[in-house]
Amino acid sequence: MNKKTKQPLLQNPAAISVLASLLSIVIGLVLGFILLIILNPGEALHGMKAMLGTGFGSMDKFGKVLYQAAPLMLCGLSVGFAFKTGLFNIGASGQYTIGSFFALLFAIQFQMPWWVCLLAAAVGGAIWGVFPGLFKAFFNVNEVITSIMFNWIGMYLVNLLMANMPKMLASGWGAPNSDRTAALSSANTGAIIPKGGLDKLFGNSSWINISIFVAIAVAIVIWVVLQKTTFGYELKACGLNRDASQYAGINAKRNIVLSMVIAGALSGLGGGIYYLAGTGQYVLQKSILGMGFNGIPVALLANSNPVGTIFSSLFISYIQVGGAAMQPAYSPETIDIVIAVIIYLAAFALLMRGIIAKAISGRKTKGGDGK
Amino acid sequence: MAEDFVIEMLHITKVFPGIKANDDITLQLRRGEIHALLGENGAGKSTLMSVLFGLYQPEQGVIKKNGEEVRVRDPNDANRLGIGMVHQHFKLVECFSVLDNIILGVEDTHYGFLQKAEARKKVVALSEKYGLRVDPDALVSDISVGMQQRVEILKMLYRDNDILIFDEPTAVLTPQEIEELMEIMRGFKKEGKSILFITHKLNEIMAVADRCTVLRKGRYMGTVDIADTTKEELSRLMVGHDVRFAVEKKPQVPGEAVLDVQHLVVPSRVHKKDAVRDVSFSVRRGEIVCVAGIEGNGQSELIFGLTGLEKPASGSVSLLGKDVTNARIRDRSKLGMSHIPEDRHKHGLVLDFSLEDNLVLQRYWQPEFQNRGFIKRGEVRTYAERLIDQYDVRSGQGPVTVARSMSGGNQQKAIIAREVDKDPNLLIAVQPTRGLDVGAIEYIHKQIVAERDQGKAVLLVSLELDEVMNLSDRILVMYEGEIVGEFDPKKTTVEELGLYMAGAKKQGEAKA
Repeated sequence: MNKKTKQPLLQNPAAISVLASLLSIVIGLVLGFILLIILNPGEALHGMKAMLGTGFGSMDKFGKVLYQAAPLMLCGLSVGFAFKTGLFNIGASGQYTIGSFFALLFAIQFQMPWWVCLLAAAVGGAIWGVFPGLFKAFFNVNEVITSIMFNWIGMYLVNLLMANMPKMLASGWGAPNSDRTAALSSANTGAIIPKGGLDKLFGNSSWINISIFVAIAVAIVIWVVLQKTTFGYELKACGLNRDASQYAGINAKRNIVLSMVIAGALSGLGGGIYYLAGTGQYVLQKSILGMGFNGIPVALLANSNPVGTIFSSLFISYIQVGGAAMQPAYSPETIDIVIAVIIYLAAFALLMRGIIAKAISGRKTKGGDGK
Repeated sequence: MAEDFVIEMLHITKVFPGIKANDDITLQLRRGEIHALLGENGAGKSTLMSVLFGLYQPEQGVIKKNGEEVRVRDPNDANRLGIGMVHQHFKLVECFSVLDNIILGVEDTHYGFLQKAEARKKVVALSEKYGLRVDPDALVSDISVGMQQRVEILKMLYRDNDILIFDEPTAVLTPQEIEELMEIMRGFKKEGKSILFITHKLNEIMAVADRCTVLRKGRYMGTVDIADTTKEELSRLMVGHDVRFAVEKKPQVPGEAVLDVQHLVVPSRVHKKDAVRDVSFSVRRGEIVCVAGIEGNGQSELIFGLTGLEKPASGSVSLLGKDVTNARIRDRSKLGMSHIPEDRHKHGLVLDFSLEDNLVLQRYWQPEFQNRGFIKRGEVRTYAERLIDQYDVRSGQGPVTVARSMSGGNQQKAIIAREVDKDPNLLIAVQPTRGLDVGAIEYIHKQIVAERDQGKAVLLVSLELDEVMNLSDRILVMYEGEIVGEFDPKKTTVEELGLYMAGAKKQGEAKA
């Protein structure tokens, strides 16, 4: 009797997705714990506690979770949005980098207020998204290849530009170092994203600002676009069945380009939000920023659902903050490995979804209750 | 049985879920004969050959070689029995040389190193003996389709096969290459090899075969000696003349031309030949024009060209007097072109969309269903519910059912509901009843006739001659990308159509 009421829920694809994501997380945590035991048995339990407890341990730390979740969420939305159109935006990192640059350029060089800088960041990311989109739409060049290339091009281009703009660097504002951009606190306090009184709520956390709300608002907008608009309908049709969308007279080329532009804008906005918090300075990089790549597991974990992305990015941000608290019992490198294992396992959500769906349908046929 | 049969397939029955692909079929291949296997699409030829080649296990029946019962569990067994097959779609490694492809799987090695010298000698000797011109060192990706086929044939000979199966070998060849292939087949016969030749081209059967076994809808229709038969008889055996559905149709006087096609040429996606060559015709209000033909003679590409899925190389298409040769698909749709596509999964539906989303696939952008880019979900639901009700589309959860989970017949009904409800000027329906059960077929036929009776122009593409004869007001037969004949269904017979479809006859340059 009980089974009968349960079955429709388990057949609901959304329920299966949530269940799959949760299971993946649990498996990831178990493996992470095993890894902790192997690396340092004496501290494993304590370490795990730190990883799982820190985020909620203090308002300050929780503020940090939210602060890191915002850019992560936007990168996840970027990757997820492109996924919906059948594109794999592995170029979120490059778009994020260009977005960061645009934000800082408008903040430091042009002395603009924070919201102009954020818009500039989105525009910068969009510019970086349009190229893989154009190549894909008109020459059928795989977007994975172009966007990986554009990750590197973006990073070195930003390095080159920054190195040749003395006003952008910290050294231009009286600080000794020239390997990073100027701190916004000295260069342009108006470009720092307002805290909106949240800092008081979060025990004078230096991290927290309104960016998490911006990111959540964007996530909801993206959800509305995908679910409620003809544009979203077309994008999904293209992603699910390119031939049928062509048959229905949908302009697939236009949609591919637009999808990459929007994905790029989201990543770019993520970059802007991170660096306009005023707590970090952009250091001239030698390797591609990880934030864009972390957007991939965020999107996968959420099964590309924009609302799910809110939760998956919070989760990943949470374990990152928790991971940082495992020092000094574990070195930063080993912590990264543990976090990577957990995130990696999270990417198994899709696989897990298939397994669950199979298990359920298997049970159904065994039960002989299918039509 | 004094006769010398090299292979016998006796009373073979092979059942797939819902269909008897082979129903008690017997095929006996004499030593040193060319034996044709004739049948329409879906008649069960490929299934029968797959059984012989060990790809399927039959439910009933036995296979005998030289009078002794054998079991063919997989293609390796078939190979050991000396059975080789040239598949319709070649199984070659594109980036390997001809020689490498021929020896692949049976290559000689010495301490793990390939020994190709011997193999090369054997290949060269074989190719000279049978006149199979190939360049052993050319890459397969660089050689013509004809030569690729010769490589496939050499593969069989290299393995010392003496029972050779050719699955529709002439479909991809030019007339000269076909002539050459026939010569090669005759050479094999002289050598005492036995050949099974699968085709639906009557001329070729008459030219090379000794005997012919005919299948229709999975059933064995008989085996005839080519010397004692005619193309007409073979054609009748192949298509039959039993009328399955009588469709009630009022006489109708056609009105103005809705679709006008002039000298249309459409390139092929598969090979370098043009798939549609200089085709001209028109479709008027209140008539059903049917394009008949055997699959792969350019019908699909013709429709791609008309609907905008493929860009025509030359020629023109006009709809209600407007030139739409290069118009966008959406614009054609706005001008009143509806299209029930051949492949409902590829083109017709977004399978992972809900039924309601699929029902508005051609209309979601109309003001009725959207306001400033926001889809009016309520309107979509109401509309979907009306269509589901009116066209009797059955599904598990109504409008929110995922299209993938619906049965083929109901998926097709959904597409037809969508396309017909658009109130089109021109309805293009490609094999609208393929793979459907009798009830669904009848329903769809009624819908198509109803559209015609309302004064719509209907262009129907069908491989089923029964359907062609029953529904159409005018029949165009396509063969190798050209329209080879135009018929009035009341004044022609299935046999006559069959001859044109198989390329045995062609109306002298008489085109409107």
